[in-house]
Amino acid sequence: MAQTISVNGTPHNAPEDPRVTLLDFLRQDVGLTGTKKGCDHGQCGACTVIVNGVRINSCLTLAAMHDGDEVTTIEGLGTPDEPSALQNAFVEHDGYQCGYCTPGQICSATAMLSEIANGWPSDASEDLESGIEISGEEIRERMSGNLCRCGAYANIVAAIRDVAEQSA
Amino acid sequence: MRPFSYARARTLNDAAQTVADDGTMAIAGGTNLLDLMKLQVETPSQLADINRIGFAEIEDTDDGGLSIGALATNTETAVHPRVRADYPVLSRAILAGATQQLRNKATNGGNLCQRTRCYYFMNIDQPCNKREPGSGCGAIDGIAKLHAVLGTSDQCIATYPGDMAVALSALDAQVQIATSDGDSRTVPVRDFHCLPGDTPWRENVLEAGEIITAITLPAPVGGTQLYRKVRERSSYAFALVSVAAIVEIEDGRFSRADLAFGGVAHKPWHDPRIAEALIGKAPSPELFDKAADILLEDAQGFGENDFKIPLARRTLHAVLEQATEAAA
Repeated sequence: MAQTISVNGTPHNAPEDPRVTLLDFLRQDVGLTGTKKGCDHGQCGACTVIVNGVRINSCLTLAAMHDGDEVTTIEGLGTPDEPSALQNAFVEHDGYQCGYCTPGQICSATAMLSEIANGWPSDASEDLESGIEISGEEIRERMSGNLCRCGAYANIVAAIRDVAEQSA
Repeated sequence: MRPFSYARARTLNDAAQTVADDGTMAIAGGTNLLDLMKLQVETPSQLADINRIGFAEIEDTDDGGLSIGALATNTETAVHPRVRADYPVLSRAILAGATQQLRNKATNGGNLCQRTRCYYFMNIDQPCNKREPGSGCGAIDGIAKLHAVLGTSDQCIATYPGDMAVALSALDAQVQIATSDGDSRTVPVRDFHCLPGDTPWRENVLEAGEIITAITLPAPVGGTQLYRKVRERSSYAFALVSVAAIVEIEDGRFSRADLAFGGVAHKPWHDPRIAEALIGKAPSPELFDKAADILLEDAQGFGENDFKIPLARRTLHAVLEQATEAAA
């Protein structure tokens, strides 16, 4: 039985070789190279994509495990003509230098905004039950799975904070 | 990764039969297993994908406790309204570990079964009695900053790296296990992980073909619940020392003091003598010192991790002070 994985709304057949990670599937089989391979061990977050609404490291999961799932990559969040609010904010705040971590940062931040909207606490939250106050500390903690080796963190946090405060 | 075949289990029975085969490993979240397969630390000939066999529910138990499905994710568990309200030490411990991306994928059963992050275990060019029995332990005279100071053996000084299980130990949670013959058994979290002894490759009591189905929490225990984790970065780092604490003070004296420690041993460390020493006594620095004396009575450092002994003492002090203030 052919397995299909939906990527940005388009169904694709899952790979034959079970060793293919979701990351390699997206880049090599589907041809969407926006999702980046950094460490390939779940430490850097460059490969972050959104699967069924939650962000995951696509390098640490097998494509074969995802038939029927809905994957959203950076290409599915916006286009050069119609960028998403976060994509615009990263440009506005200069939230990158080399840009390699940026797709992962933006996918991660996109899902992070829904987590905040859902009231999910983080390690930085004062209280587990009473809503989230958007702060630099909250954003840094929630984005700690995305490294930027250029060190553009200050501008990344500013870009996310801008959008988070507008949508709060 | 070495080649392997992939089979998706549809039912628990299906999964149990598949994982009983030699060379087969169960995969759930996969965040630890696939990492180790890329490093060729793990080289299964077959993976049994157990993600779609159910056991992902978080539901009330008859005695007012909570059953947490083995295949519920760490995130689903940490943000569950009842976990946040009744078992905050568990929410806190989970949220203190890894990253949101990893917690979204990691399951509760997999979290209990995660392997040590000992550098020698994770590098196939190094000796490791856990990975390759009889090859020696590189850490004992080597780089041992992350390593254990309690319950070590001359075979292995690795730590259990997780946070969640430390809180589960303080809560005295129970691990529900389906056995390969279709039966089930229950093991307290406190007895689930093993000390290395002469069999460092054996990290927990699961037998071939057994699968964790759930973790059950007792009826809410109340008290002040704290999880304090000391690490080298403020986020996304393993514990050097962590303390999970459920503390209650009545009439100026401890009436409950369930403490468990992470980062110090091959398992979440729980010493019942600590609660015995604290209960019925009024909080004081001298009393906290006595508790630390009991905890660290047999502690042994290996050079680079000597600092963990005073660090564990200070962290225990800090947690008991914080709990005392919160209860006041």
